[in-house]
Amino acid sequence: MNFDLTPDEVMIRQTVRDFAENVVAPGAKDRDEKSEFSFDLMRQMGELGFFGIPFSEEWGGSGGTTVSYALAVEEISRIDASLGLGFAAHVSLGCSPLNLFGTDAQKHEYLTRAIAGTYLAAFGLTEPGAGSDAGGTATFAERTSDGWVISGEKCYITNAGHAGYIVATARTSREHRRISAFIVPEGTAGLSVRCAYNKLGMRSSETCEIHFDQVHVPADHLLGEEGKGLHQFLDILDGGRISIGALSVGVAQAALDASIDYATQRRQFGRTIGQFQAIQFKIADMAMEVEMARTMVLKAAWLKDQHRPYAKEAAMAKLFASEAAMRASNQAVQIYGGAGYMKDYPVERYLRDAKLLEIGEGTSEIQRLVIARQLGLEGDR
Amino acid sequence: MKILVLVKQVPDTATKIRLNPGDTAIQTDGIKWVINPYDEFAIEECLRLKEKAGGEVVVLSLGPSRVEEAIRQALAMGADRAIHVMTDAVIDSQVAARALAKVAQEEGYDLIVTGKQAVDDDQAQVGALVAVELGLPQVTVVIELNVDVESRRIRAERELEGASEIVELPMPAVITAQRGLNEPRYPTLPNIMKAKKKEVKSVPLDSLGVDTTPWVRVEELTLPPERPAAKILTGEPEEAAKELARLLHEEAKVI
Ligand SMILES: Cc1cc2nc3c(=O)[nH]c(=O)nc-3n(C[C@H](O)[C@H](O)[C@H](O)COP(=O)(O)OP(=O)(O)OC[C@H]3O[C@@H](n4cnc5c(N)ncnc54)[C@H](O)[C@@H]3O)c2cc1C
Repeated sequence: MNFDLTPDEVMIRQTVRDFAENVVAPGAKDRDEKSEFSFDLMRQMGELGFFGIPFSEEWGGSGGTTVSYALAVEEISRIDASLGLGFAAHVSLGCSPLNLFGTDAQKHEYLTRAIAGTYLAAFGLTEPGAGSDAGGTATFAERTSDGWVISGEKCYITNAGHAGYIVATARTSREHRRISAFIVPEGTAGLSVRCAYNKLGMRSSETCEIHFDQVHVPADHLLGEEGKGLHQFLDILDGGRISIGALSVGVAQAALDASIDYATQRRQFGRTIGQFQAIQFKIADMAMEVEMARTMVLKAAWLKDQHRPYAKEAAMAKLFASEAAMRASNQAVQIYGGAGYMKDYPVERYLRDAKLLEIGEGTSEIQRLVIARQLGLEGDR
Repeated sequence: MKILVLVKQVPDTATKIRLNPGDTAIQTDGIKWVINPYDEFAIEECLRLKEKAGGEVVVLSLGPSRVEEAIRQALAMGADRAIHVMTDAVIDSQVAARALAKVAQEEGYDLIVTGKQAVDDDQAQVGALVAVELGLPQVTVVIELNVDVESRRIRAERELEGASEIVELPMPAVITAQRGLNEPRYPTLPNIMKAKKKEVKSVPLDSLGVDTTPWVRVEELTLPPERPAAKILTGEPEEAAKELARLLHEEAKVI
């Protein structure tokens, strides 16, 4: 067994860390407070090649590993989880479908520019009536002589306001549960995107509703095979879970660092609070969970890099890491006491951001279902 | 244009320095190593020159095998290839300069650039000594550099205490970089991946045929004395301000 990162992975992590600490950190608090999404930061990340880490050089990527990508998401998220969400959604949900199922022409037209950061990419799966139950998709794509006409709506879609294209799922049969995926370019007639949700956390990530009012796309904008959309997005979500796991590790690590920092400074009863065993135990537990979460995430990423099955490990990593981030940020607020409840310190932001991790890309309940299915347990029908 | 950049690997400036009694060097286990920050300005300037005038940027480093990490970092920023003079020995500025100059001489360069000093032992000698060894003109502590490739002349602005000086000199020459010269780039991820395919030539120090006997020996190394606890002034603002002024004047002697 070898737990060492490769020299490339170490250097990638260091580069992203420097960028996060020097460029991302300064405005993170402000952006959260104003719910301000920074496309400029995303563009810079694209220019530095962060979006291309796991993709082939052919499309402008750097042919790196999923492990490097997970480390990069962790580093950004440790400083600004909202930006980490934009990063993870762009790469894992926006770019990956094109990389996995796109034709060379589609990749050439869309993936290269998404990787370069010219624009973002969004993945529209969730609908008002179809969340955990993605099979309940109601958006419909009607076949015409030269393509498809899509009607319906999507909600809670990350990055859609700056997306050059949206990968949208839609039913393609009235009788059967056939779902397909389409590439819908920005500016297509009938497509409208509104990004005005007022969120608990992840406030500086962009979350949008999308309406398709008879949106026409040409036949070559079908992504992958007609009717295979359900299988395709299950694959995509498996990969996405690694990135949400990595995001969670970043938030948990930030909560841990902030806790140690405060516990060694704040004095009560004539000593630092870090000298109280009650506080030490909280911090020890937090550190242990960060360690476990990171190990699980990197293990799942490594399995993916080895082209081995990783769905179960990815679900476990996402589930454990997101719940660990929630516990860690909650305890961090506790360690800060009243100060933790105030916006002067970042820990309340960690707590608000962490909650999304137990919901997005499959809730904790759904992760447990996925794991149980992987263990051979059937659901009731 | 053929440009050589001298890069030193130093402990990260945020490192907590540890020493055991009797040590003549700091404890290096668990230290995070980085490129000397002033050398980053040097690398950046070389890359910009190359982007303008074409040619090649070669990295030259001296030190044990761990130095390779700094070399890869410089290659990831965009340098073309590297030469690593290997040694585990403790050496002084004079030996370092001799070795670096020897390697520089073998290939011949239009320009040699390095940081104005290394932040580990802050000697600020190597750049200048390399110029002396090679018999080249030099300009140190540079904050702006203009190179005219046609006429092979350099116009450089260097920082002085409270002033700046503009000098002109011919190429080849040695330049040492000061903060403010430029803003070093982050390596892009594709360049990080490409860096591992770039050539790093390893040359043992002993094979260079230079005298490696140091001129300077460290006799003793001690940490700075711990700072006494802060003094907190209490009482009425007017009184406290008076007391503060008195302390600044009489004890701290800063006003
Ligand atoms: C900030 C943010 C960004 C997002 N970004 C995207 C995006 O980019 N693209 C996208 O497509 N979607 C996105 N989503 C949507 C997200 O994936 C869904 O919110 C999530 O999958 C849950 O769906 P839902 O909200 O409809 O909840 P529901 O499915 O209505 O679930 C409600 C509750 O019921 C539970 N539940 C549901 N079914 C079961 C079951 N079978 N067994 C046990 N419990 C169950 C759930 O766990 C949950 O607790 C985003 C959401 C948010 C908040």
